[in-house]
Amino acid sequence: MEKTDGKKQLGIYLHIPFCKRKCLYCDFLSAPAGEETIEAYVEALCRQIGKEAKGFVDHKVRTVFVGGGTPSLLTPGQMERLLSAVRSGYDFDDGAEVTAECNPGTLDGEKLAGYRRAGINRLSIGLQSAHDGELESLGRIHDYRTFLRNYDQARKAGFSNINIDLMSALPGQSLESWMDTLEKTAALGPEHISAYSLIIEEGTPFSDRYGHNGRESGTGKWPPLPDEELDRKMYEETERFLRKKGYFRYEISNYARPGYECRHNIGYWRRTDYLGMGIGAASFADPVRWKVDSDLAEYLSFFSDESCEDEKNPGGIRREVQSLDERERMEEFVILGLRMTEGISLPLFLQQFGIPFLEVFGPAVKKLETEGLLAFSQEGSRLHLTARGIDVSNYALAEFL
Amino acid sequence: MAGIGGILPGQEEADKGMDQNHIRNFCIIAHIDHGKSTLADRIIEMTGLLTSREMQEQVLDNMELERERGITIKSQAVRTIYRARSGEEYIFNLIDTPGHVDFNYEVSRALAACDGAVLVVDAAQGIEAQTLANVYLALDHDLEVFPVINKIDLPSAEPERVKEEIEDVIGLDASDAPLISAKNGTNVEEVLEQIVSKIPAPGGSADNPLQALIFDSLYDSYRGVIVFFRVMEGKVQKGTRIRLMATGASFEVVEVGYFGAGQLIPCEELSAGMVGYLTASIKNVKDTRVGDTITDADRPCSAPLPGYKKVNPMVYCGVYPADGAKYPDLRDALEKLQLNDASLFYEPETSVALGFGFRCGFLGLLHLEIIQERLEREYNLDLVTTAPGVVYRVHKTDGEMIELTNPSNLPDPSTIDYMEEPIVSAEIMVTTEFIGSIMELCQERRGRYLGMEYMEETRALLKYELPLNEIIYDFFDALKSRSRGYASFDYEIKGYEQSDLVRLDILINREEVDALSFIVHKDSAYERGRKMCEKLKDEIPRHLFEIPIQAAVGGKIIARETVKAMRKDVLAKCYGGDITRKKKLLEKQKEGKKRMRQIGNVEIPQKAFMSVLKLDDRK
Repeated sequence: MEKTDGKKQLGIYLHIPFCKRKCLYCDFLSAPAGEETIEAYVEALCRQIGKEAKGFVDHKVRTVFVGGGTPSLLTPGQMERLLSAVRSGYDFDDGAEVTAECNPGTLDGEKLAGYRRAGINRLSIGLQSAHDGELESLGRIHDYRTFLRNYDQARKAGFSNINIDLMSALPGQSLESWMDTLEKTAALGPEHISAYSLIIEEGTPFSDRYGHNGRESGTGKWPPLPDEELDRKMYEETERFLRKKGYFRYEISNYARPGYECRHNIGYWRRTDYLGMGIGAASFADPVRWKVDSDLAEYLSFFSDESCEDEKNPGGIRREVQSLDERERMEEFVILGLRMTEGISLPLFLQQFGIPFLEVFGPAVKKLETEGLLAFSQEGSRLHLTARGIDVSNYALAEFL
Repeated sequence: MAGIGGILPGQEEADKGMDQNHIRNFCIIAHIDHGKSTLADRIIEMTGLLTSREMQEQVLDNMELERERGITIKSQAVRTIYRARSGEEYIFNLIDTPGHVDFNYEVSRALAACDGAVLVVDAAQGIEAQTLANVYLALDHDLEVFPVINKIDLPSAEPERVKEEIEDVIGLDASDAPLISAKNGTNVEEVLEQIVSKIPAPGGSADNPLQALIFDSLYDSYRGVIVFFRVMEGKVQKGTRIRLMATGASFEVVEVGYFGAGQLIPCEELSAGMVGYLTASIKNVKDTRVGDTITDADRPCSAPLPGYKKVNPMVYCGVYPADGAKYPDLRDALEKLQLNDASLFYEPETSVALGFGFRCGFLGLLHLEIIQERLEREYNLDLVTTAPGVVYRVHKTDGEMIELTNPSNLPDPSTIDYMEEPIVSAEIMVTTEFIGSIMELCQERRGRYLGMEYMEETRALLKYELPLNEIIYDFFDALKSRSRGYASFDYEIKGYEQSDLVRLDILINREEVDALSFIVHKDSAYERGRKMCEKLKDEIPRHLFEIPIQAAVGGKIIARETVKAMRKDVLAKCYGGDITRKKKLLEKQKEGKKRMRQIGNVEIPQKAFMSVLKLDDRK
């Protein structure tokens, strides 16, 4: 475990399950809601932040991530209350990375300045595409011009660490169109770029259109999804192009200028502890994982004014509590660590688990190495997925379970 | 298995005073779905002996599986008391018969235990192929048959037309046939009266040497084999030393009794004309073959009853445990099933692709499916079954003849003189508008047209000879779909005929997979090979490398498909640290792999081995 001042590092995740309108591909826990509901939720969330604190007194908060949904539906005042609750309840590192996800169309200069004052120092803006036709086909609420205006406002408000979220393999998208989005994005000079390829998730309107995993693409009236060849081509070209522009891939779908890797997300892959609050949020305090109940009404009543007595245990709203055994912890070390391009450190594995890595996973490593999906580096002390291994990472990672 | 319930103590109801003239042994025969089981229920209900509380939906169908499939697998019997309008009481022994052509032999044995049969005909559908087949079978056994017209409550019922049909086609007098609704109970009493008046009392004498016919048996882990039989002559009681004439085995009777509904009720003795059961510490169902004659070892009858016939399995397939470690469990399960089902055959075999398993023989495809389901359900086994095939006769140039049940064992073609395959005589009843499409189907299945008879203006009976291997897979489904469900079908094995047969082999990634080979007529080899490759292409998941799937006859490739290499298999966004969800996804992937068979470096899902069953895509 990485520690500072003898304290364990902690990431805090705050889930804002609201949005203006549900996007057609989205299967996250999020839905449109009125101002009153949002206010009640922020209230409850502040209470949860307070209640959970006593369980994390030996932790130091290194990162905060306000995710959604669309957290930028919150007023600067609401954002300020959430972050104050964190700062007052927890040992808070001065240099902490504090990210808020925002969506164009819910931002203006004043709001952004307010967020900055509240203590947000990193923005993750969901652009997805620089082409209005593609944005429309995704069911996004914004157009490219709105994004440009908001991006400019963010810089003016003093944000010097910005991520732009993009999505490739969109319906009807060509390689040229994708490269154009990339080019326009890189030209703006954000510190970080996320580029995911669209996944058709079950239960979304896209899955009705394209079938599960996009199997029925090209059969109906909707523009077809790019085939796998094109999808991989886009992925390869992304890496090549962004490297030229000074962005380096450090995780399967994440690129950053040196020093601007998202510390919060890296925490997930390195298995540092994190505390997720708000409905459906996942937490990890090694070796225990859990989730908060995902029912909004249940959550609001649990953390409501009256019922929220001091002795009330925030554990009562935890679901799917699971204590990992040694084997599961080792498996996670591998499957999470391998998402990072730097891969996993074998000496670190030995240090953490007291057993040589290859003694546990030798056969799987040998098989995947033979198949060209896994490679050693730094004199055999590190192991990482090859480019081909990244393409078929599910297949490769499943070998370790 | 639900099985037969416990013995009811204190119900030893003596049959004294109930002479042979007041016994009626009968069965109900019908085409499937014409309402046989429902009528049986009503008869049992209306003859009392059962309270309505004991009345389950379909009392005769004992096994859980039978209830779900709505068909009767093993014949069973029930005894009830009927107080007739005349005021006299009669013993009714209602013997249930399986309704499917696979179990024809068992039907025939059950009929032999009866003196008469109630023929149920659906008032809307009229006579169907199985109606005819069953009637002929019943008449063969010299049974008195009288017709009953069921489902008169249906709006589409045409009882008068059906009456005419019965008279014209079968030649039975239908003038006073009861018009009933077994479902609602309408007129069922009239059926009971006609059972008394039309079905003769059993013959035979209690004073003659014992001669009894086994029509079924059941294995019970506490009492051993329970033998179901009909006494033709003489009597049997506890302590009688019996001999089974075909097997020669002798036993001392521990208990005799008759059939309550779902229960065995012991009694003192069973004499000529009666139907019941006995137990005698018999360990093996094979000793008590259906159709065998029971006699008194100390005072044997002069000759057995006609007709013990060994039934031979007609359809074979390989049955393997999905998990190789479960092989002993599969063996135990087959052993247990065979105790109850002497027509099930199995012997150990080994497949390169599937490991250790068994070659199993069945009466037909339905029998196969039932056994497979029972293995999976009652014994909790996960199975891989290979394509079913029939028994081929391979005549070698050196004069030797091999009965081939496993395609892998086909000798080198250069040593084969010729091969033969089993042929059936089939009767298909169909409304005239579908004659064309049904004839086309039979043609495609290498049928030989024998003739056609018009039953009436709108219906005809088509007669064909067909190779058995053309009808065991999906013929019935194809028949139904090409006649909008109206055609009905019955067949019997006719014999063997020489045929131009080849073995179709499947190569996956250039390796022959023995479990996928099957025998096919030379003319359909190309078509079937092509479809098989297409099917497998869909079933086999993509691997890191390209996988050719080829069909070959005698080493010559006749069809090919390719499973393209996997390009992309990437985790979705790992959002908000929800690791558990992603791990579940990976675990699912891992689980899926466990259910696959490794052939060379290719992983093949188990259901791919059944692909050959689904080659007919005209659904």
